[in-house]
Amino acid sequence: MSGFTFTIDGTEIAAEDGQTIMEAADAAGVYIPRLCDHEGLRHQGGCRVCTVKAGGRSVAACTQPAAPGQTVESETPHITKLRRDLVEMLFHEGNHLCPICEASGNCELQAMAYRLNMTAPTKFPYLEPCRAVDASHPDIALDTNRCISCGRCIRASLDVDGKSVFGYVGRGIHRRVAVNGSDLAHTDAAITDHAVSADVCPVGCIIRKRTGFTTPIGEREFDHGLIGRKIEEKRRG
Amino acid sequence: MVDELPKARIATTSLAGCFGCHMAILDIDERLIELMKLVEIDRSPLTDIKRFRGRCDIGIIEGGCCNEENVEVLRDFRRHCDVLIAMGQCAIMGGLPAMRNAIMHSDEPLRECLEEAYINGRYIRNTTHGIPNDPALPLLLDEVYPCSEVVEIDYQIPGCAPEGDIIFDTLSQLLAGRFRGFERERIKFD
Repeated sequence: MSGFTFTIDGTEIAAEDGQTIMEAADAAGVYIPRLCDHEGLRHQGGCRVCTVKAGGRSVAACTQPAAPGQTVESETPHITKLRRDLVEMLFHEGNHLCPICEASGNCELQAMAYRLNMTAPTKFPYLEPCRAVDASHPDIALDTNRCISCGRCIRASLDVDGKSVFGYVGRGIHRRVAVNGSDLAHTDAAITDHAVSADVCPVGCIIRKRTGFTTPIGEREFDHGLIGRKIEEKRRG
Repeated sequence: MVDELPKARIATTSLAGCFGCHMAILDIDERLIELMKLVEIDRSPLTDIKRFRGRCDIGIIEGGCCNEENVEVLRDFRRHCDVLIAMGQCAIMGGLPAMRNAIMHSDEPLRECLEEAYINGRYIRNTTHGIPNDPALPLLLDEVYPCSEVVEIDYQIPGCAPEGDIIFDTLSQLLAGRFRGFERERIKFD
């Protein structure tokens, strides 16, 4: 396998043939924000939070192959604002009430809002959709008010578990993640599935029953330190 | 002897909130003494003054708008304050009261919410069998609105409730004219 280099915000990054911009950046300890991408799952390029400028064009870093000599911009004010707007729109598209959510403190959407400094008065309307809670399964509940349609559970179920518990339905803004049955109890979902493990759902949509609020405030994943710090620590050595 | 600078005037109020953010103001602890050297508190639940006594430099709003009185108070704050701060998740995005906007799964979420609270709820003992409608009660709005949907908001202090530290630092930086946003590590929505 042959290697080459390209730059992200002026930092030289080593890459191998076939690697995406994000894979090479992760290996080099440069964090590019992402929500729909998750370690061990196939890339989707859906959320666009990892948008970077490669050769002046906006591309999803998780799916775009790295190219020799490429100039990639990631942490520019323009791209950071674009990412913040995307994350803010995800907050507004669903019903994201951090103070009552068991994922708070471990939620990647919330942590991404912290990292992108989402604190200014909003300019987007809140859609406040009416969405169902599916608590039919004995061990798992789905609060779809919090779903951001990242599709991580779909890929985990299909590719890792060899099932197809979850899938997309609808088009455009109506596209949602749904279960492949009348409700979750009528699918072959099991608590041991990778798709329902704690890390796959980035928000608090997939709930493992009887485990909520077990970690005290102050000890949760993003209580101290920004999302992406584990990748950035690689660079500091 | 150098003339003392005039003190900045601060007003606070709690709209559709739980007073947790006002309790969080008290979490500033002994630094309140330091802060009080710089500011004078106008209308606020802390002073129990009900109406503005003059123009204020900073207005702090806890809670969003769930009734017409909230809207009136919020507009009054905007008229009287140079800088208006929405403090806490309720003021910023509606917070817990905003659950009634969407989670009732109904075409008329407000009616369903009131009927559940006063008539149909399993643990209700309501001898009048009616929804309170005394003319003295402020009319409820169709939805709970974040402050920024009603008036222009200058700054937002996130948190439920925000920590005393972030409130103290934001206020002292604003008073010194050197507020440049929050450190990302200290932003919390819960």
